[in-house]
Amino acid sequence: MKKISLPSVAVILSVSLIVGLSLASHQALAKEEFITIHWAQWAPADYLEKVSRDFTAETGIKVIVEQTPWETFVQKYNTELIAKSDAWDIIVGDSQDIGNNVVGGHYVDLTNWITEHEVDKTFTPASLTYYAEYPKGSGKYYAVPCEGDALAWAYRKDLFEDPDNMAAFEKKYGYSLGVPKSWDMLKDIAEFFHDPANDFYGVAIYGDNGYDSLAMFAEQVIWSFGGELGNYSTYKVDGYLNTEGAIAGIKYYHDLFQFVPPGFGNAFYIKSNDAFVAGIVPMSCNYLAFFPGLANKATNEYADVTGYFACPPQVGLDGVERQFAALGGQGASVVSYSKKKDLAFKWLEWFIRPDTQMKWAKAGGYTCHADTLASDEFLNATPYNPTFKTSMEIFKDWWACPEYDELLRTFSEIIADYVIKGNGTAEQALDKCTEKWKSIFEEAGYYD
Amino acid sequence: MSIFKRSKENHTRNGQVYYRPMRDITLLRLFIFPTIILLIVINVFPLFWSLFLSFSRYSAKMPNIWGKNPRMIGTANYSRILTDPDIWIRFITTAKYVVLSVGGEMILGFGLALLIFRSNFKGKGLITTLLVLPMTMSPVIVGLMWQLFYDPNWGSFNYLLGLGRIDWVSDPARNLYSIVIVDIWMWTPFVMLLSIAGLSAIPRYLYEAAEIDRASWWLKFWKITLPMVYPLLLVALIFRTIEAFKIFDLPMGIVGRGAVAPRLLALHLYNVSFVTWKTSYGSALGYIMLIIIIATTSIFIKYLKKAKQ
Repeated sequence: MKKISLPSVAVILSVSLIVGLSLASHQALAKEEFITIHWAQWAPADYLEKVSRDFTAETGIKVIVEQTPWETFVQKYNTELIAKSDAWDIIVGDSQDIGNNVVGGHYVDLTNWITEHEVDKTFTPASLTYYAEYPKGSGKYYAVPCEGDALAWAYRKDLFEDPDNMAAFEKKYGYSLGVPKSWDMLKDIAEFFHDPANDFYGVAIYGDNGYDSLAMFAEQVIWSFGGELGNYSTYKVDGYLNTEGAIAGIKYYHDLFQFVPPGFGNAFYIKSNDAFVAGIVPMSCNYLAFFPGLANKATNEYADVTGYFACPPQVGLDGVERQFAALGGQGASVVSYSKKKDLAFKWLEWFIRPDTQMKWAKAGGYTCHADTLASDEFLNATPYNPTFKTSMEIFKDWWACPEYDELLRTFSEIIADYVIKGNGTAEQALDKCTEKWKSIFEEAGYYD
Repeated sequence: MSIFKRSKENHTRNGQVYYRPMRDITLLRLFIFPTIILLIVINVFPLFWSLFLSFSRYSAKMPNIWGKNPRMIGTANYSRILTDPDIWIRFITTAKYVVLSVGGEMILGFGLALLIFRSNFKGKGLITTLLVLPMTMSPVIVGLMWQLFYDPNWGSFNYLLGLGRIDWVSDPARNLYSIVIVDIWMWTPFVMLLSIAGLSAIPRYLYEAAEIDRASWWLKFWKITLPMVYPLLLVALIFRTIEAFKIFDLPMGIVGRGAVAPRLLALHLYNVSFVTWKTSYGSALGYIMLIIIIATTSIFIKYLKKAKQ
C-alpha cells in the first residue's frame, strides 16, 4: 500500500479544518439575527460598533459595522447601490450624496417614520436639513442624523501663550496673539509662526485629496467672506460663485496656503493631524471627528497644551460679519434593497433614544440630539466638545443634488490650479468654475 | 443537433445496450463551452455594451430609463473628448510617462542583464533573486510604501539622498517623475529577466568566431548580442508600453487622484467613470485609449515579426 507523506496529511488536515470552521461559522451566522452597517474607516465607526453592543444585548440582533477607507468610501457604496446590493442594511452615507441616492431610489423614505418617532423634534433642525432632507426644504427625509461633524481648529496653547511670542506678535501686528477672532487674524498668526528654515510652518490645512478636502475648506472661506456656491433652490450660479466675496475667500485660501508644510498639495485629515502631532505647525484645521487623536497623550505629546476653536468669523467686503464652518458628518439611511429592513428600523429606534445618544456621545460619537448636545455632561466630556457645539451652530453644506460629485471634481480641479499650483487669479478660477457649473446644471436639465 | 449526442455505433450484447465512450470532440466541447460562455458574459458582452454606451448619454448611478438614460447621442462623446484642450495635455503627459518609464526600464534592465550574465561571482543567484523582488510586490502596496518614502517631512527618500525637504508627491512639477522612478524600480527586473533569457540563448560559437576575427567588444555587442536579444527586448517593450500607458495603481497609491496628481489618462478615466459617474463619456475615453494601445502594439508586433524572420 502506498504511504501518504506527512506534509500531505498536514495539508489535508489544514484544508479540512479551514473548510469545517468556515462552514460552522457560516451556519452560526446564518442562525443568528444580524444587520450590517456600512461606514467610512475611522474612529467613529469603531465607536458605533462598540455602542451597538448594547443593542445586541437588548435585542439579540448583532450589528456589524463594515468600514471602507475614506478615499473610496463613496465609490464603494455607490457601486453596490447601483447593483441593487443587499450587502448592507444601513449606510451611514455622506451628507452631500443624499440627493444622488434618493433620486436613484437607493434609500428608503423615512419621512413618516421620522415624524412618528419625533426625530424632527428631538434632533437639531440644521442636522436634519443637511443630513436627512432631500430636496432641501421639501420636508422629505431619508436619513437619521448619525455623526455630526464640521471643520474646526486645534492650536498649541503653549506657543500662543508664550510671552516672547506674544510680545513679538504684538510688536509686528499691533494686536495681541490669541485664539483667532477673524480669518485675517488667523493668517497673521500663520505668517508669524512660519519659519521653514527651522522646519516650522504656519498652518496645516487641506489640499486636494481627490474627494472633497479642498472644496470643504474653500466653501467655508467663500461663505465667511460673503460669497455663495450658488442658489440651492434655483441652481443659479452666476452672481453667487463669481462675486467679490467668493473671490476674496478663494484668494484668502491661496494666501494662507503659502504657510503650509511641504507636501500639503494633497493633504487631508491624516497629514493635517500628523503635522500637528509632529510639532511642526502651531495650528491645524480638521474635521472634529479626528480630534480624539489630538486630545490623547499616547498619540499627541502636545495633548495637554492643545486647545480647540471653531472657524472664526470674518467681516466681508460689504462690512457684514459672517461665520461659517464646512459641514462634515453623515446620516444613517436604510437601504432599499435590504432584506432586513425590520431589523434596521429596530436599530434606528434604539439609536435615536436619548440614553443611546448620550452613550454615543460619551463613546466619542458626535450626537445631533438637541438635549444631549446642550447637556453639561456632553460639553464637559472632552476638551473639544464646546467647539463642536459652536460649530454645529455655524455649519453649512455643499450641494446635495445628484450632480454634486461632478460639481465637486470640477471645482477642486479649477480651484487647486490657482490655490495649490499658483496659476492665474482667484477671479479667473471662479469665472471658469461658474461657466463649468452652469453647463453641468444646464445639461442636467435644471434650467429647462 | 446536440453536440453531446451519443455515437451511433452503440451495440447490444445479451440484450444489454452498451454505449461507446464519449467521442474526443464531444469531450473537448464539453470542457470548452463553459469557458467560452463565461468569456462571452464577462468579456465580450461588456465590451460591446460599453461600445454602445460610448454613443449614448448614460450615467450608471441614475435609474435606467430607455431614451433618457441611456439616450443615444451619436459620436458626441468622442468629439467632446477630442475637442477638449485638457485631453491633449493628458495624452502628452501619458506619452511622456510611457517614454520615460519604459525607456528607463529597457536601458537599465538590459544593462543589468549584461552585467549579471557576464560576471561570475559568488551569490549571483541570490543577487538576481533580490533584484526581482520589487516586481513580485503588489503595485498598490508599492505605491503606498513609496508615498511614505517620498514624504518631505518624515520620509526617508530625501533624507538618504540628502536632498532637503523636496516635495515629490504633491508638487505637480515633480510628481510625474516620482512615479516614473517607482515604475523603473519595480519593472526593471522584468526587462532584466527577459534579457537574461535572451542572452542565455545566444550560441557560444558566434562569439568564438567573432573572437577569431578579432572583433571588438562593441562590434560583438552590436552585431551578435543585440540582434539576438532584440526579439525578447521587443516583447518586453510591448508588455511594458501597454502597462505604462494604462498605469493606474502606482499613481493612485503615490499621489492619489486629486488635482495635484499628474494628468494621466487612466486616472482621468477613473475620475469620470467612478467619481463623477459619467459612464458613457468614460466608455468613449476607454475606447480611444484602446485604439491607441492597439495601434502602438501593432507597430511593435510588425517589428517583432520582422525580427523573427
